Amino acid sequence: MSEELKKVSIVISKGSLEGIYPGLIMANGARMEGIEANLFFTFFGLDAVINKRMDKIKVATVGNPGMHMPTLLGILPGMSAMATKMMQKEMDKLDIPPVREFIEMIHDTGCEIYGCKATVEMFHLKKEDFCEQVDDIITVGQFYEMSAGGEIIFT
Amino acid sequence: MATVEILGKQIEVDSDGCLVNLSDWNKEVAVEIAKSEGIELTEKHWQVIEFMRKVYEETGDAPSIRKLTKQSGVDTKELYSLFPGGPAKKAAKIAGLSKPKSCV
Repeated sequence: MSEELKKVSIVISKGSLEGIYPGLIMANGARMEGIEANLFFTFFGLDAVINKRMDKIKVATVGNPGMHMPTLLGILPGMSAMATKMMQKEMDKLDIPPVREFIEMIHDTGCEIYGCKATVEMFHLKKEDFCEQVDDIITVGQFYEMSAGGEIIFT
Repeated sequence: MATVEILGKQIEVDSDGCLVNLSDWNKEVAVEIAKSEGIELTEKHWQVIEFMRKVYEETGDAPSIRKLTKQSGVDTKELYSLFPGGPAKKAAKIAGLSKPKSCV
């Protein structure tokens, strides 16, 4: 077998359901394989670890060609909520937990969770706005330091 | 197909080192596989292994980590400290099963 991957640092930069989940699944999957993992949330991706927002993550039905429906339909009230509900149902069948439970589970696997300092300052957020699993708010420089020796995945 | 010698018997394994034939597995074999992974099996380990085998018999696949931590009575943190090299891989291997096919 070729050289094994030892460590990944995953950046989640988008706040939609389809923007958040791939990074969470990758982080959890890395830990399942015994690969060291860090999660770094930046820009709207921070919504996934903000207490007031993490239970309300929605699928983007506008500007999302992957939805395979006209954008004009996507703007209808309730459309995003409906698409989100449908997707959550399918995810539940695959044992993919809701965001809050997933964040707790991933943190319990030993994956460290960080917020981006620039975004926190830009959005005037405070440490208490975040769920308890957030280990620290760090700069991009610190992120690179802790990513040393591993792969960085940006989502 | 590779084979390894466990307790004086040649046993077939796949590229991950998991047993090819479920019938080759028994508790003594599990102890030996665990040893080769640097794990000494405790009661808690057995709880996980037995749960995994039960789910495998029922569904044909090892349980996801979520199912494992919700239903086996061993939480995520504990699971990772019992099987430090990644619970999906290690626990399934010791339980004589192939790696779980699910992503979570």
